Amino acid sequence: MNDRLLGRGAFLGLVGAGLAGLFYGRDATKLVGKAVPSPVKAIVPSSGWRIYSIGRELPRLDPKAYRLTITGAVAQPVTYSLADLRALPQTTQVSDFHCVTGWSVYDVTWQGVKFRDLFAEAGVKPSAKALRFVSAEVPYDDTLTLGQAYAADAMLALDLDGKPLSVPHGFPARVVMPRMYGYKSVKWVSRIEVEPHLETVGYWEQRGYDEDAWVGASN
Amino acid sequence: MIRRFGPTERALHWVHATGFLAMLATGLVLYLPVLSELVARRNLVKNIHLLAAVLWIVALVLVFLAGDRRRLREDWREIETLDADDRDWLRGRKKPQGKFNAGQKVNALMTAAFAILFLVSGFFLWLGERDHRFLFDGTGTVHEWLTLGSVALLVGHLYLAVIHPSTRHALRGITVGNVREDWAREHHAKWVDKQEHLSD
Repeated sequence: MNDRLLGRGAFLGLVGAGLAGLFYGRDATKLVGKAVPSPVKAIVPSSGWRIYSIGRELPRLDPKAYRLTITGAVAQPVTYSLADLRALPQTTQVSDFHCVTGWSVYDVTWQGVKFRDLFAEAGVKPSAKALRFVSAEVPYDDTLTLGQAYAADAMLALDLDGKPLSVPHGFPARVVMPRMYGYKSVKWVSRIEVEPHLETVGYWEQRGYDEDAWVGASN
Repeated sequence: MIRRFGPTERALHWVHATGFLAMLATGLVLYLPVLSELVARRNLVKNIHLLAAVLWIVALVLVFLAGDRRRLREDWREIETLDADDRDWLRGRKKPQGKFNAGQKVNALMTAAFAILFLVSGFFLWLGERDHRFLFDGTGTVHEWLTLGSVALLVGHLYLAVIHPSTRHALRGITVGNVREDWAREHHAKWVDKQEHLSD
């Protein structure tokens, strides 16, 4: 055996496997992510939650003082407390969460309020076309068209996996739009503006990401 | 005392170590939920991570260009060569070793491969964010597996270099540059023999 080829072969083989991983690594890792218990998921590549934020610190909203305002193209602006939101009809779904940067969390249970129920009191005007979700993490915002927001699996979530959202996941309320990449699912929602046009561009869209962020069909 | 590592080898080692630790610290803040929550300031941390990457690679190239390239090439040649003694050594048999023992060779081969893969995957993470045609599926996955692999290597490396009684004298070689002759004879017999032949 050529002694030198052995080491060089191992070295090049490792580099080659890593380069192939750029294209196939996530799929190969998927099974590992599903097999391990959730505390371990935090360190398994591409599985488990990663906490992305844009500010100096995460917004820590006081549940007692929290208010969600619905304004814009509505019959009457409405302000909800957290207790008000919990008193609205609740819905539950299990879905996968996909980040545009390449990680996913599977079988996430969300509970919250569907947008149709959320807007019942405010009354969306016929001229309304889009929703702008404004985060308490200034200046983060993003939009959904009214049609997208009324999809069966879109909601304003209050609970994650059976417990109230934690601060890193957007306590007390966040958008969930599981078929779109996570940047559409605005955390720490403090205001929803109903807009009669489609012109508003969200935080990440201003930085080059697609407006219609369908998983697998955008960016 | 016997000369073990020259200025170029030591500079290369410490430039890589410093760059790695700077990128590991900032990378973990970006990666681990508890640290992301604690530190936030994602954009700042990311910029420091990227700056560290640029400084790391520039410094490595400078050390290579300004340093003793012949010596580095000889080292790499030795590291790539896994002879019969090395293969036995890896199977747990005590065999005389050269300038690097087989474990050090495996560590160096993996570290070099990881460095290249860190650089390539990191570059595409950066580029993919700006031009989504380069946002490949597994880029982040590779970067993250490399992190876990490197930390495992680092833990073993630190244990042998700082704690393990019979091997920790090696630390003197990569800091001061020389080691005790009796220690070298015990751990790197073939290398010491070769040095003596060269000086005869």
